[in-house]
Amino acid sequence: MKLLTTHDNAEDNAAELPGTVVVANDADPMDLPLEGVKRIDLHFPKFTDGRAYSQAFLLRRRREFTGEIRATGDVLVDQLAQMERSGFDVAVLRADQPLDVAQRVLASYPGYGVGRYQGDAVQIKPHFAQAETESANP
Amino acid sequence: MYQYTEFDRQFVRARADQYRDQLTRWQAGKLSEDEFKPLRLQNGWYVQRYAPMLRVAVPYGELSTAQVRVLAKIAREYDQPNAELFKEAQAKQDLLGPVVTGGLSIGSKLTAGYAHFTTRQNIQYNWIPLDKSADVMDLLASVDMHGIQTSGNCIRNITSDERAGIGADEIADPRPFGEILRQWSTLHPEFAFLPRKFKIAISGATEDRAATAWHDVGLHLIRNAEGELGFKVLVGGGMGRTPIIGTVIREFLPWHQVMNFIEAIIRVYNRYGRRDNIYKARIKILVKAEGQRYIDDVEAEYLQIMEHDGGPHTISQAELDRVTACFVPPSLSCDRKSADAKIANILRAAAEDDIEFGRWLKQNVASHKNPDLRSVTLSFKRLGQAPGDATADQLDKAAELADTFSAGELRVTHDQNLLLPWVACDQLPELWRAARKAGFARPNIRLLTDMIACPGGDFCSLANARSIPIAEAITERYQDMDELHDLGEIDLHISGCINSCGHHHSGHIGILGVDKDGLEWYQVSLGGSDGSSLSGDPLPGKVVGPSFTATEVPEVIEAVLETYRQQRTSGETFIATLRRVGMEPYKAAAKSARIAVVEQA
Repeated sequence: MKLLTTHDNAEDNAAELPGTVVVANDADPMDLPLEGVKRIDLHFPKFTDGRAYSQAFLLRRRREFTGEIRATGDVLVDQLAQMERSGFDVAVLRADQPLDVAQRVLASYPGYGVGRYQGDAVQIKPHFAQAETESANP
Repeated sequence: MYQYTEFDRQFVRARADQYRDQLTRWQAGKLSEDEFKPLRLQNGWYVQRYAPMLRVAVPYGELSTAQVRVLAKIAREYDQPNAELFKEAQAKQDLLGPVVTGGLSIGSKLTAGYAHFTTRQNIQYNWIPLDKSADVMDLLASVDMHGIQTSGNCIRNITSDERAGIGADEIADPRPFGEILRQWSTLHPEFAFLPRKFKIAISGATEDRAATAWHDVGLHLIRNAEGELGFKVLVGGGMGRTPIIGTVIREFLPWHQVMNFIEAIIRVYNRYGRRDNIYKARIKILVKAEGQRYIDDVEAEYLQIMEHDGGPHTISQAELDRVTACFVPPSLSCDRKSADAKIANILRAAAEDDIEFGRWLKQNVASHKNPDLRSVTLSFKRLGQAPGDATADQLDKAAELADTFSAGELRVTHDQNLLLPWVACDQLPELWRAARKAGFARPNIRLLTDMIACPGGDFCSLANARSIPIAEAITERYQDMDELHDLGEIDLHISGCINSCGHHHSGHIGILGVDKDGLEWYQVSLGGSDGSSLSGDPLPGKVVGPSFTATEVPEVIEAVLETYRQQRTSGETFIATLRRVGMEPYKAAAKSARIAVVEQA
């Protein structure tokens, strides 16, 4: 996942960019018109409000959106892995979140080093099904 | 019980490392209190009245003796406040004054160096300092244990029936499904920040001993007309300010689809559950508000998961087999003829032994799927110790008993005792003697003094009132075994506040701590049910009247029990009499137990 600082993101006024849509975290991602859309900015009003994870999942998996899904708002280092696994591919860190810590914490997420139990927006098969595929196709 | 694979083991270790990093950053001031809070909660660390509280996950209640020994070590070496903190805490509790009742004065008697069994089959500690928390997570990981998601707004520990896998009335063993669901829910990325906590209970027997209707999701294993195995699925049950019994959302769901279906339930909840008011944020509120629309939304989402996503979490037969293979019963048998002879011998011996052993067989020993075996409950309900508390030494003794008599396995029961699941029937006399020596053989299981009590105001910062001294006062009053056995099976549940960790809503008698004018008051309710056969359909109890003082509570209990004795027909249980005669006689009795306040001139 690409990590941006608020400084990087400030240059770009998403609302004015063609092909970019800004979506409130209580909007229905299934209703969103996607024709010509290249980037969707989803929002975390508070990091404890987890609605955008489901929005991202539905856009990525259910609607098969292949463009950029960007996390904005209260984006903290300790939730980046959940975001990436839910379908986000870009995250704009909150101003006080150090980029180097973010990169380190993201890389050391248990699900990345060891592996993950459940399927998600990115890797659809759960751990037990992957093992079975491997044994079926050695 | 489930055996961790190398993957499982590495996962829990990686999680412990991740927590250590988060703790270190917080200690260095790099992570704020608010940012650290959900991270520590999702590893089981609360900050409580005087000290942090750790909640260790015990998936569907199962423990090995190796695990129990580590839990004992944690109690002994880590559950120790420093002297100053302990003194300060005791002094503050002393300021609340004793509970004075029936000639007794029961003060708060704080203890340390012990573990506590919870109503969700988990284990809690009340004194481990946060700066030792990462060490404790490492120690737990060494025996395949953790505190993952035992708190926080995420999917919590999945609980079951204490007799899962061994009940004589079992339809199918719920434990393999409990384990598969546990793995699926562990660090689920989309569901880490739900509107509120999410609790799942699973039952595999004809009788529901897991209080499933009181959970966010309740699962019952059943067979359809064709004999196929599946789940009846309930959603939206819960306690707290608004007690609600779960709604049936699916009469029959094929077993292999349970994760896909729960994914749909939780996704709809994550999207639409209320986030504006924490008291209205549980799924029960959404289900009640939306009704059929919620059910339709879940079915629509489930259809998409199956048809569009391809049902990625369909449980394969191979995976069910892999997990089920761990739950093979130990090969034990019993010479029933010699067992019967041994038991008859004891019953012929000294009169005292005879009656006590007979009572223990009746209350503490249950029948088993395998007719050669029994399950035996060790009672952690006694005078001088809070219900469900176990010292380090007691945990070690319980482990010893389990190694000798129960193939190295124990369960934490939902009513705060320990159960030995694999006892050979010809070992009962030996086990009884050993349990009695260890102090675990009080024949009070399912009787009045086998009460549920949360830690309450002595430990919990959420509590309105203390629960432990109330439990102690009632236990003290009802020490006589003849009287206890005559009163028969009664579910007495005590919660220190509306968060209902003591499950007061489902008690035949419920006691709830309330805050009135900054003082400790208690509401008494009657007639609740957890859905078990004895108690009938699940139901919240009804309040008998305005709240009572601590002093009055034991008097009210006495008045209520006296009313039962007056009203009952021969052989009728407390709950049956209550259902038959209604609340009025009990309300009148409770009222009469109020102590008149003498006006000062």
